[in-house]
Amino acid sequence: MLRNSPSGEADVAVLRRKATNLRRHMLTMARGQGAGYIGQGLGIADLLAALYFHELRYDPENLGWADRDRFLLSTGHYSIALWAALAEAGIIPVEELPTYGADDSRLEMSTLDTTPGVEMIGGSLGHGLGQGVGQALGLGVHRSDARVFVELSDGEMQEGSTWEAAMSASHFRLDRLVALIDCNGIQADGPVVLDMEPVADKWRAFGWETVEIDGNDMQAVVAALAGAREKNGKPKAIVLRTLPGKGVPRIEISEKSHFFRVDVSEWDGIIAAFEKSEGGTA
Amino acid sequence: MSGRPMEAGRTLAMGENEAVARERPTVEAPFGRALARLGAARPEIVGLTADLGKYTDILPFRDAFPQRFFNVGMAEQNLVAVAAGLARTGLTPFATTYGVFASRRAFDFIAIALAHSNLNVKIIAGLPGLTTGYGGTHQAIEDLALMRMIPGLTVIDPCDAVEIEAATEAIADHPGPVYMRLLRGVVPVVLEPGQKFEIGKARKLREGTDVGIVSTGFMTERALDAAEGLAGRGVSVGVLHVPTIKPFDADAVADFAAGVGHVVTAENHVVVGGLGSLVVETLFDAGVSRKVTRIGLPDRFIECGSVPTLQARYGLTTEAMVATITGLL
Ligand SMILES: Cc1ncc(C[n+]2csc(CCOP(=O)(O)OP(=O)(O)O)c2C)c(N)n1
Ligand SMILES: [Mg+2]
Repeated sequence: MLRNSPSGEADVAVLRRKATNLRRHMLTMARGQGAGYIGQGLGIADLLAALYFHELRYDPENLGWADRDRFLLSTGHYSIALWAALAEAGIIPVEELPTYGADDSRLEMSTLDTTPGVEMIGGSLGHGLGQGVGQALGLGVHRSDARVFVELSDGEMQEGSTWEAAMSASHFRLDRLVALIDCNGIQADGPVVLDMEPVADKWRAFGWETVEIDGNDMQAVVAALAGAREKNGKPKAIVLRTLPGKGVPRIEISEKSHFFRVDVSEWDGIIAAFEKSEGGTA
Repeated sequence: MSGRPMEAGRTLAMGENEAVARERPTVEAPFGRALARLGAARPEIVGLTADLGKYTDILPFRDAFPQRFFNVGMAEQNLVAVAAGLARTGLTPFATTYGVFASRRAFDFIAIALAHSNLNVKIIAGLPGLTTGYGGTHQAIEDLALMRMIPGLTVIDPCDAVEIEAATEAIADHPGPVYMRLLRGVVPVVLEPGQKFEIGKARKLREGTDVGIVSTGFMTERALDAAEGLAGRGVSVGVLHVPTIKPFDADAVADFAAGVGHVVTAENHVVVGGLGSLVVETLFDAGVSRKVTRIGLPDRFIECGSVPTLQARYGLTTEAMVATITGLL
């Protein structure tokens, strides 16, 4: 059955509850091995909830449907967020979530496209946007009206390949292409190591119609996605300012936010606190 | 769920003590310690990384010489190009990233910006071979093959903490481009301390006549343990350690092979294009006729999983080596 309609109205309250469910799934996953890229996942939970339960047109029973909207997760290490969304969408069994990162699990810590619902292999960072350009061009050749959404990180804006893709997208007038840039302020070595501001102006200079929003404000996320539907010959960029660990205070303040590991005993406390603060929103 | 959790601890993608095969003394961050030491005596040494400072042991150098350290962000092509520029001003850059990103993403830059101009840049490549459970995107399983094809590039795969420190000193002295694999974090001590590292020289670590293992990188530790184990069963196994993949010590390899019944190569790398291929080429060229069995990774992408599980699954452990060699006899 087809999910989401191209012009549907968003019920923000419902989407917020979906985001809470995604966060809950991520906590379940990270508890499995005691670790994971959960800070990043929690940070983009609101975006993924808005995509998978409002904006993206896809059929969970027919993942290969040629006219589906594509969501490309360029940051393979954010896999935890994608697994949460795919589980909530009924594509992956919820019971499988605790295997995240375990030997022989399909829910790898860094995505492989052998897991259902994955459109590209992320992890070698800087690959996503160019592959999105290719998919957007290809859909045009097939006269499909499907769209392509590419998530990428602030760290990925340091790879030259990102800007090669950005330049080609505006050249090819790919208005079906939406870049979702997760500016969470961190990368492997800590707080972002290069000054990349002003981010939105860079995308504008490359010919992208660009908005900058609080990526943890569901209303703003939904509005930005609606704005990106316009067929005006320009690729769309949404710069999302997100908070790593959003919704889980213990992870929000962690210095380990690029990779978060604590003892199993501590996970239980983190999860209990989360359920208490989210009481009744499931 | 099976096996150990995929430990990441202080690292991004790692099994704890990724290079430790059995109980041995260890050294923490031997590369970073050696580079910081060298930096004090040699003001021309500069450090660079591409957003992997924490994960490539170069922080001791950064902390000692913050003015001579540059984090260029996650941009490996730029890392190598910037290092080339620094070298052209007379400096000696040591640039760190993971092996996959140096050898795949920045290949053209290493070939042209560094090697073609013979610039004095040292690329230090983390997560060699199968030392990460993050799958094909992070496992540098063919970097030795790629790098040895580049004219004029020196390629080194050290086996332990002692050798990493000694090789760091040796490559700082060597005027030209180098690609060195890094064992990071807690690294075992296998060799006797105090030896100088000689670029291009193999070292015979154990005499033996039935089987001769030619090994590189951390497989040398496992080769020594396997030889020890096999000696207890009356099999005489020699070990020739070949830390320099290029220039290759063909004479030592041919001599060694001539003195044993069967040659086994052991590398933390695919069995095509790396040490195994080099040994076969060498023996053919020298007219030494021996059967060669190649231990290493198969010619395919490897899945995700914990490092100990994967190393066991792909035959890189001491136990697997013993089993392979026993099967030959
Ligand atoms: C091409 C490439 N270079 C380096 C890495 C190693 N790495 C993994 S995550 C990361 C940080 C990238 O920045 P970002 O995605 O913003 O990090 P986060 O927000 O997740 O901390 C790095 C350098 C990689 N995966 N790919
Ligand atoms: Mg980031």
